[in-house]
Amino acid sequence: MMEHVPLDFPFIAAALLMGVSLYIIIFKKNLIKLIMGVAMLAAGVNLFLVALGYRAGGGAPIYTGVPKETMVMPVPQALTLTSIVINVAVLALMLTMVIRIYRHTGSLDSEKSRKLKG
Amino acid sequence: MDSLIYHSPALIVALPLVAAFAIPLISRAGYRVRSTFSLVILGLVTFLVAVLAVDVHTVGIRVYTFGATAAELALPGGYMVPVRIMFQVDGMSIFMGIIITTVTLAALIYSIHFMKAGDMFNLFVFLEIASIAGAGLAAYRTNMADALEGGFKYIVVSAISALMVLFAIGILYSQYNVLSIAALANYMQYTTLDMIALGLLGGAFVMKLAGVPLHMWAPDTYTVAPAGTTPMILAASYTSMYALYRITFTLYGAHIDSTAIGWIVIVVGVLSMFVGVMMAVHQTDIKRMMAYHAISQGGYMLLGVGVGLAVLANPVALASYGRDAINGGVFHIINHVFYKALLFMTAEAIFFRIGTRDTNKMGGLARNMKWTAVFYIIGALAISGIPPLNGFASKLLIYETVLQFNPVLAVIAMFVSLVTLASFAKVFYSAFTGPEMPAYREVREVPKSMIIGMAILAACVIFFGIFPGLIVDNLVAPATEALINQAPYINAVMGAVP
Repeated sequence: MMEHVPLDFPFIAAALLMGVSLYIIIFKKNLIKLIMGVAMLAAGVNLFLVALGYRAGGGAPIYTGVPKETMVMPVPQALTLTSIVINVAVLALMLTMVIRIYRHTGSLDSEKSRKLKG
Repeated sequence: MDSLIYHSPALIVALPLVAAFAIPLISRAGYRVRSTFSLVILGLVTFLVAVLAVDVHTVGIRVYTFGATAAELALPGGYMVPVRIMFQVDGMSIFMGIIITTVTLAALIYSIHFMKAGDMFNLFVFLEIASIAGAGLAAYRTNMADALEGGFKYIVVSAISALMVLFAIGILYSQYNVLSIAALANYMQYTTLDMIALGLLGGAFVMKLAGVPLHMWAPDTYTVAPAGTTPMILAASYTSMYALYRITFTLYGAHIDSTAIGWIVIVVGVLSMFVGVMMAVHQTDIKRMMAYHAISQGGYMLLGVGVGLAVLANPVALASYGRDAINGGVFHIINHVFYKALLFMTAEAIFFRIGTRDTNKMGGLARNMKWTAVFYIIGALAISGIPPLNGFASKLLIYETVLQFNPVLAVIAMFVSLVTLASFAKVFYSAFTGPEMPAYREVREVPKSMIIGMAILAACVIFFGIFPGLIVDNLVAPATEALINQAPYINAVMGAVP
């Protein structure tokens, strides 16, 4: 049991992650840092979902092991898994685009590599 | 045939997915085989959507549950809440389906010539799939730095808004332990947390549909995306608009202060209309100008539906003009997708032949590109709301109803239409008329497949303008009905829960 750890600790961590990542996304000019911000935002949301799914005293719903405890509904975990997979694809695509942008403009600064204005 | 209709909700999604993976293999057999294959698959999907539309129209809402013993069984034996992955098709969703498949079909025919390379949790997943595909398509010309920039902006905006949606889904799940929209609407208590979730969802969807003040990505992305793929990005934007309506009407409709939320939608709509058109007037890049007009026209749709939402709680006003206002807003989606796709294609046709998008460098193109000029005129008149084209039909519905709601808003809407006409006329004169320019003496008309793609869209624009009643009664009114009456949508899943 985890009685000595406050149950809302993961939620505070998730909120911190999301707050920091929003700051990065809005104020940082380096494109790689921007992508890191998006990755952190994803991590924050995923942590929030997993923390939601935690039930004190519940067991994992694996039928082959037939646990003694009450089984937990695994919906949040399933959501998180799907979200992680999608985010891997998104981050990979973003990074490939940044590599191409760097090759074209020779800069990762979003102010310097900008061509479209107005 | 019966089983085909029975499984059509799943097939409509599964067929394009399978085809997307098969296309790289099939293209080994040759360019012509691959084009035929894409056309056949898309034609089949369009056919399935049409069949399903007739079915939804005559029988009612369809529920398709994956993995259930019978697809209609939303609640498996012994469960009180829906647990399986489930598709639910009603008037509004089939309306969006028809738009997307038809436009995609026209876009494919248009792109065959230069397509040298292959090309509430479900909500989140499909939103993400659409945006990854959209960003990939926008950045299709990877040899140009601005194309990458437009694509990159689009994917960053999409990723952030999708994560906001996921966060909101988490908040809703934490309170009600269900994910299905119908079940959520059934249990909704409208607590402070639900308001936060509504704010997150609203912000995310407005960002994706490019409503001012969250529109910054749209001009860049539409400017660089090849015209064959622009309809897909347009369709993705309006899918977000569909999601916004689904959330505000079906999920929160019975609980929110609909007048206040309606006014928020109206203000976003009016801002988009006005800022969009004002930014468009002074653009010299032809596609960038059209992109700002896309934002501006999105404002009309929000205005119409916002007026309907604002009077949702007032049955007298709803019957006298609210319903028609929503009809106008929804009708404008389909009209806009058609004429805006057509306009982007004409701009792309010019770019394809002369290699610049700068209107100051164009001139006298109507001499050699007669068909493109004709299609441009049709699109420009439609977007400005000139009868008898389709833009007029939906804009008239919006003007008439908004006038009864608040005359100032109607005046702004008409003024924006005038400025729209002015800016398109300006581009027409500088691009198509004037003396023959020596550099463009050898310019030829675009290839036949591009003309056919544009002709299909132009025919739709004219047809919808001449027979607006046919479309409104058969396609738009059921969609509006599905938005206003949440009960059938909820009961289709939850059974007759009191």
